[in-house]
Amino acid sequence: MKINVTVNDEQLEMEVGYDEFLVEALRRYGFNSVKRGCDTGCCGLCTIWINDQPTLSCSSLAVRANNQKITTIEGLQEEATDFAKVLVKEGAEQCGFCSPGFIMTILAMKRELKNPTEEEIIHYLTGNLCRCTGYLGQLRAVKKYMGVV
Amino acid sequence: MKIVNQSITKIDGMDIATGKPVYTDDLVNVKALVVKILRSPHAFAKIKSIDVEKAKKRSGVACVLTHQDVPNQRFTMAGQSYPEPSPYDRLVLDEYVRYVGDEVAIIAAVDERTAIEAMKMIKVEYEILEPVLNFEEAIGHPSVIHPEENLEVNFDIGMKREKNIAATVLIENGDMEEALKNSPVIVEETYYTQAQAHGMMETQRAFTYLDVSGRLTIVTSTQIPFHVRRIVANALEIPKSKVRVIKPKIGGGFGGKQNASVEVFPAIVTLKTGKPAKIIYDRKENLGCTSSRHAMKIKVKLGADHEGNIKAVDMEALSDTGAYGEHASTVLGVAGYKTLPLYNTAKAVRYSGEAVYTNKMPAGALRGYGVTQGIFALESAINQLADQLNMDPAEVREKNLIKQGETNPILSGSKAGEPGKLDSCTLDRCIEKGKELIGWKEKYPSQRVSDTKVRAVGMAITMQGSGIAGIDTAAVTIKLNDDGLYSLLIGATEMGMGSDTILTQMAAETLEIGMDKFIVHGIDTDLSPYDTGSYASSTTYVTGNAVIKAAEDLKGKMMRQASGMLGVPLKGLRFKGDTIGVINHPDKQVSLNEIAADVGAGEGKQEQLMGSGTFGGDKSPPPFIAGFAEVEVDLETGKIVLIDYVAVIDCGTVINPNLARIQAEGGLVQGIGMAMYEDVLYDKAGRMMTNSFMQYKIPCRKDINKITVAFEPSYEPTGPFGAKSIGEVVINTPPPAIAHAVFNATGVYVRNLPITPEKVVKGMMESSK
Repeated sequence: MKINVTVNDEQLEMEVGYDEFLVEALRRYGFNSVKRGCDTGCCGLCTIWINDQPTLSCSSLAVRANNQKITTIEGLQEEATDFAKVLVKEGAEQCGFCSPGFIMTILAMKRELKNPTEEEIIHYLTGNLCRCTGYLGQLRAVKKYMGVV
Repeated sequence: MKIVNQSITKIDGMDIATGKPVYTDDLVNVKALVVKILRSPHAFAKIKSIDVEKAKKRSGVACVLTHQDVPNQRFTMAGQSYPEPSPYDRLVLDEYVRYVGDEVAIIAAVDERTAIEAMKMIKVEYEILEPVLNFEEAIGHPSVIHPEENLEVNFDIGMKREKNIAATVLIENGDMEEALKNSPVIVEETYYTQAQAHGMMETQRAFTYLDVSGRLTIVTSTQIPFHVRRIVANALEIPKSKVRVIKPKIGGGFGGKQNASVEVFPAIVTLKTGKPAKIIYDRKENLGCTSSRHAMKIKVKLGADHEGNIKAVDMEALSDTGAYGEHASTVLGVAGYKTLPLYNTAKAVRYSGEAVYTNKMPAGALRGYGVTQGIFALESAINQLADQLNMDPAEVREKNLIKQGETNPILSGSKAGEPGKLDSCTLDRCIEKGKELIGWKEKYPSQRVSDTKVRAVGMAITMQGSGIAGIDTAAVTIKLNDDGLYSLLIGATEMGMGSDTILTQMAAETLEIGMDKFIVHGIDTDLSPYDTGSYASSTTYVTGNAVIKAAEDLKGKMMRQASGMLGVPLKGLRFKGDTIGVINHPDKQVSLNEIAADVGAGEGKQEQLMGSGTFGGDKSPPPFIAGFAEVEVDLETGKIVLIDYVAVIDCGTVINPNLARIQAEGGLVQGIGMAMYEDVLYDKAGRMMTNSFMQYKIPCRKDINKITVAFEPSYEPTGPFGAKSIGEVVINTPPPAIAHAVFNATGVYVRNLPITPEKVVKGMMESSK
């Protein structure tokens, strides 16, 4: 069936299956930054924004995105680059496969939380798994980026 | 050193961080057939009949393959140098299925939906056989898991197929009977380590196509591109010259991509249909149908005197290799080879064991590669010895451990009658520093913090290797381009740890010029120089040495070129990176650009400048770690909170402190996962219960508190700039150190990983009886 969505500020008509998840549809339409890490909403790799809210695209049916606004990291390259610079400077970028979903969550957190504590940051990001870094380097980078001392 | 030992940022960091399309599935830019696998619902069965006619006729299906359609050529998926020590016990598809999830049929269709629908149309009749699910019952079980006659081994690994024994190992030195007789103190315990999953974020995947000249091209997320070429060619009975393997960026490996788990499936589809094909494992397949760490049972017998001098170390292992023997003999052996040399005062050491077949998902390589298992057993026993002697466990270790300059007959590089020498080791200093960082003096063994809570500390030490001595080989080529830039061609696989970056650092240091002068290419077996692959902690040490050789070779060639250009003999010249100048004539020099331009002119009279270097070590110098855990245990519930983990590392020269630190933190967390949370579990029928991240618990952000990583660099004379490895050693200490801390808190020694609250509470209840 056809759905109309706004992806990264552009109107798009997508042909999607009735039982297709958004992650599959977005990848099929060339939004390759969206990664799939599990099928159970556990790892956060597929995080995108629907109407500016971080959402797991592996657990969201594509049809439900009809007439909604979708944002992927392709649409936030400038902001993503700002954070990525901090992350890479910390050396906390390893395989990078979890990064797009992780950064989408961080950029949403930045909008949502004012002066968060370390504990609040960890809580916000807990749904984003990473098997390479052990999280601490990422936390050091996030704290620098968020201005948390 | 200007570039080595600096925290240079990862050269590919920004691309991968900002979501650029760089991984295998991002690069499939043609309409490829989607490959799906029909898998066995039974732990052990023989296929009586299989009807695929209906599935084949479904519109959109390109091919359906069964065991009748594949070569009868057994092979191993293990990515090891040829001849592989792993048995050739697999077929692409077999008439026997040996675990729940084993491959039964390959389906390729225009899209995933069609492939899955076709899969459901396949009718299989099985003769169900009695499975072997408990690895302690495997030897001599009435069910023989590999009854086939054409199973092959490349050399004697002690396989006894009819008894379900895949491999046998025996390492010994000294008179064990005598040493035990002279040991008034004996510790004898049995330890169990569980299967652990790799849980890398990008699951296994590959994309195949025929190029314009009909060669099979495989784009795959692998640690072992050169081995994949050989494995696929052998398995599908095609010449190696007809196979090309390309490795783009990969989303983590941890040893899970040291097996060629998926490549043969799309490859055979492409060969049969002539069409591009891709396979993407979902998380269930990644956790349930690839490989895990070998679960082991290890019995340790230690002999010592009352002063804590260790006289005898005797270890006996049983390793569960699952349905296929990938890495069976080597993981089993490494658990002994890289633990026994630690305590050099022992008069006799022995390690023996068997790896057995069972009807479970095969085991394979996983970071630590057997040392993780062996160290849990040995270090737990050492801690128990200290407790028995009423001695500080750090002191017991300081008394007995191997030191720089000493020799040991089990160390890599040893020959008969000529024990290997340890050229670099700061383990004693690592222990000292670790004790300070964790506050050992104040905290050991425990402190009561409330009526129900106790805090305690524990420790463990470990070693690993740097590449496989006598086997691992790396070749590197550096090319001077016409624009004065260097191309660094390497065959080692970057999988996220930063190897491309540190290898470039070494090239830049040797060629005395900035990192920005280098272009690094990902692996393409048609173009890249040979490298055995990224495993066995080999990249820094083995490939690093090759980088230096290649850079020196090119430097020599540029000097000769400059000599001709300047009309000055070599000894009158000095290499200065961006220029080569004449000693004592500061204004007389040629720049890199001028040299590049000069070799590009002259109509074939000039030699294009390329440096090459190959390295294969006859030693595998061990890195060392002293690890310290601080835990808080709730005495009512057994809940364990890991308060702090300190690891002090001797990896020789630290090539890139930032990247080494992250590598260490990541490995420690993976070790903490194994110690406390992760467990591959099966039900009574042999079905895996932990094949999603809902059931298989890798640590999340809230599971990790403080981790402190520090370095005590040594200088390894055979290493590049004095470096040793770091990739694997970092995973080994958490299980024994946390078990020790929990013991100090509760008096309960958990000898069966993972250390769960349940086991702690049960232990406390039993001891209070």
